[in-house]
Amino acid sequence: MDRRGFLRRGAGLVGCSLAAHPFLTTVTLASGPWDARLVVIILRGGMDGLDALRPVGDPAFAAARPGLLGEPGIPLGFYAMHPALAPLKPLWDAGELGFAHAVSTPYRGKRSHFDGQDILEAGTGLDMADEARRDGWLNRLLQTAPGLSSETAFAIGRDEMKVLAGPAPVLNWSPEAALTVTGQSRLLLDELYHADPLFRDAAQEAMDLAELAAPDTVSRRGAALAGMVAQGGRNSVRKLAGFAAERLYNDTRIAAFSLGGWDTHRRQDQGIGQSLGELADAILTLKTGLGPVWGKTTVLAMTEFGRTVRENGTRGTDHGTGGAMLLAGGAVRGGQVLGRWPGLDEADLYERRDLMPTGDVRAYAAWAMRGLFGTETALLERDIFPGLDMGANPGLLR
Amino acid sequence: MTQSTLLTIRFGFGPAGEQPRDGDAILESLRGADRMRAAFPTVTTPEALELVRTYGETGKAMRQDKAGAKAAHEAVVEQIRALQRRMPRALFARIMDSDTPLRERLCLFWLDHFSLRHKGLGGLPLSADFIDGAIRPHMTGRFGDMLRATVLHPQMMLFLDQVNSIGPRSRVGLRRGLGLNENLAREVLELHTIGVDGSYTQQDVRQFAELLTGATFSAVEGPRFVPGRAEPGSETILGQTYGRPKRARLEDIHAFLDDLAVHPETARHIARKLAVHFVSDDPAPDLVAAIAGAWRQSDGDLMAAYAAMIDHPAARDATLGKARQPLDFIGAAMRTLGVRGDAVMAMKGQLFRPATLTALDVMGQPFMRPGGPDGWPEEAEAWITPLGLSSRIRWAMTMPARLRPQLPDPRDFVQVALGETASARLMWSVGAADSVVQGVGLVLASPEFNRR
Repeated sequence: MDRRGFLRRGAGLVGCSLAAHPFLTTVTLASGPWDARLVVIILRGGMDGLDALRPVGDPAFAAARPGLLGEPGIPLGFYAMHPALAPLKPLWDAGELGFAHAVSTPYRGKRSHFDGQDILEAGTGLDMADEARRDGWLNRLLQTAPGLSSETAFAIGRDEMKVLAGPAPVLNWSPEAALTVTGQSRLLLDELYHADPLFRDAAQEAMDLAELAAPDTVSRRGAALAGMVAQGGRNSVRKLAGFAAERLYNDTRIAAFSLGGWDTHRRQDQGIGQSLGELADAILTLKTGLGPVWGKTTVLAMTEFGRTVRENGTRGTDHGTGGAMLLAGGAVRGGQVLGRWPGLDEADLYERRDLMPTGDVRAYAAWAMRGLFGTETALLERDIFPGLDMGANPGLLR
Repeated sequence: MTQSTLLTIRFGFGPAGEQPRDGDAILESLRGADRMRAAFPTVTTPEALELVRTYGETGKAMRQDKAGAKAAHEAVVEQIRALQRRMPRALFARIMDSDTPLRERLCLFWLDHFSLRHKGLGGLPLSADFIDGAIRPHMTGRFGDMLRATVLHPQMMLFLDQVNSIGPRSRVGLRRGLGLNENLAREVLELHTIGVDGSYTQQDVRQFAELLTGATFSAVEGPRFVPGRAEPGSETILGQTYGRPKRARLEDIHAFLDDLAVHPETARHIARKLAVHFVSDDPAPDLVAAIAGAWRQSDGDLMAAYAAMIDHPAARDATLGKARQPLDFIGAAMRTLGVRGDAVMAMKGQLFRPATLTALDVMGQPFMRPGGPDGWPEEAEAWITPLGLSSRIRWAMTMPARLRPQLPDPRDFVQVALGETASARLMWSVGAADSVVQGVGLVLASPEFNRR
């Protein structure tokens, strides 16, 4: 029970109290031995990898999706990127954007969002008991490097980020958490909370988080980021990505947030374009805000499962298995699509309906961590992704 | 401080509204009928099962492209969506209008004790029925009855995988090569009854899981006991033998659950949970002992347990060290603002959602979606976090004016909200506020209003 309660708290809101983590009151500590940056974006709802990165060179593709291919994609050889990803084409050309196709977690069969996301974020195989799925693989990565400061990792946004939850300290931030009260209200709240340390410290930290959220606007980088976030509007993904970029530019090394809207059972042509546009927007915000640090950065965007190869009766797709993951950043060896293409003939499909997974998303994440942080293979295969066989180095980083 | 205000905070939603204000009257009020469930109904058990059945059947027919299936499926989806709108509103409406606030607090306590979450729209009717059909009818009766009703409820059997657990040597198990899933058995022992520190072993979990085989649920056929899925033979759990060598029966599961309900370790485990939830994150040992003693002497009569808790001197300790959980905070704030149940039921989504469901997400307690079967954390530190507190402050400063256009004078409001538990500091601050909105917001954001 104690372990559960502890993990819950890490997973739930904000793991750190002011007393335990002095960075908020003093000068920010350097973030341990790491210099590279890793951003994990969880695409909740099951992104259709076959639409994000269309295998137009496969003769069976067009026939499976007559109603989904309205606007032509951006040609990348055998594949074509969905038109909503057009803003990322310069990154592809510069070798800062790549994909892995026909990938999945070990999750099979039931195609439940909840179970699929749990397994994606736990990073375990299906043979692991439920109990073991309660901390996330990014948190286990942090656990391998003792002495990191609490600001090393940020879970960003309102969604629970199980991928970062666990015993290692992690800070949570969301636009709603930052407390911006001014003037008289602030004075009176200070007065009210003065005598109750629990309230006093939580309020203080919330106000500090608000200040953290404000990017530096003096430098050109900061001004460009602030401008981009300001143009994004109230609920924009740019707020999340902009906060991540500002923290990562400074002392944070790992950030995770999620994007929704991928569960495109109907009118996929409308839904997925918007979500892919947000994903592109998030990546470009990160690039702008990271400035020179972009060169040390890897962004992994991954989802709980792909979707059916054939479109359904409502111009959408249903829950499937194999899908795609997106890799971006200056540290990435982009301009390539990793993975082995299994083909789309009916006999090639998983259960005659889904893209057959030929690679494990965890292996790509593991190789990224190996390259970025020097994490040993044995640790990755035993502790961070228990039971994973990383296989040969796919060469996803420069 | 008078005891009455303290009791309304500790065992209700604060002093606002009609309600009993001393220990005996609070207990007595629980003996009456559950008027709030009748006033703001959600779904009956037969309706819930019918919705789930129709949802499953029409969904299947639609996937098989049967004629007319799509329209039929959409019709049932619309019915479930209506319930999805009605259910959370009903829960808040009951808090607004109840003259027995402890009943609503108990409902939330037991829902958390038997935590579960549903998957997808199709599971929603069962969750509504879990509250109104399995928990509420038994909150003032015997724990054994509630244990049967909750453990064997379709939603619990779905959530904890009982529907996938099959005796490996049963007819179905042998034919299809299927086996046990221990999830429900383990959580019933670990969380719902004798507790993780209790004297059970892995062997007890295994035997209990075998005893539970046969109990199952499907959307089409409803909850049922299928002897062909049940592991043959009797089982020995916690030193007692249940079941018979021959045909398995649901009654054998009931017999074990009845024994489990009055087990001394169950009494101690739940006594402590009650004390932690209602009185203190670190309850006095003699408070826990008093509740557990009443439980044992009455064979799990819940009214006896509540009486032991409310009558105990610890329940009158003037230190309010706990934090209201987000749902209690929002419920208490709306009740204190004078929002009526009918108004909640009629509320448009564009007001109801930000006032309740979205706010609960941000405050860290998404509605009926706990992180796991162990439910929500109790400690004040788990809730009064930077994100948790800043969302409460934001709620306090913005929602009251939307919920009640004519806001009260903050100096009166502080009395309604907190009576004499308001500190001099809070009274001074409210007086110094530069607007009514700010003054009301300060009351709701104050430590006093967020503590219990």
